[in-house]
Amino acid sequence: MGTNIDLIFKIAGVGILTAVLHALLKHAGKEEYAHLATLAGVAIILMWVIDLLGNLFDQVKTVFRLF
Amino acid sequence: MEITQIVGFGLVAAVLVIILRQYKPEIALLVSIAAGVALFLAVLGKIGAVIEVLQDLSRRANVNMVYLGAILKIVGIAYIADFGAQICRDAGEGALAAKIELAAKILILVLAIPIVMAVLDILMKILD
Repeated sequence: MGTNIDLIFKIAGVGILTAVLHALLKHAGKEEYAHLATLAGVAIILMWVIDLLGNLFDQVKTVFRLF
Repeated sequence: MEITQIVGFGLVAAVLVIILRQYKPEIALLVSIAAGVALFLAVLGKIGAVIEVLQDLSRRANVNMVYLGAILKIVGIAYIADFGAQICRDAGEGALAAKIELAAKILILVLAIPIVMAVLDILMKILD
């Protein structure tokens, strides 16, 4: 339980950072870099979430004998 | 006291999702997926223990393990499908959620066929 709460805060932190970076770059006039930064942030978070999902599905497989 | 941890965890995750939803809805969805997965991982251990007890009882009542295995599989498929369908519905994709649930129903039907066959065989024996 403890490690998961850290992961949630890490994900939310990167999400907020991405949003701020997006707004910052937009005001600086670099619209395309803003979208790239958002994509990068979403990609990082997606990697963590997919890793967590893989972990969940493996555990469900062993618990429910879903081979 | 597990439940207070779980409820606190859920509330914190909900607040984070609300914050993120204004700026980046896609990241908010990812946070809600991560929180859902984390909450279920916390309870999975308990479910494993309950299943062990069930298996022990069925072994003692010498019920055929194939049936219990099939039932466990069906419960597992139902849970994962429901998990995915609810998340798709949160993301606003009702059609996608319906497709996931349709696929899950078909998979469960396929798994349930041996059990139905067994019941029919027993009935035939009784009627003859």
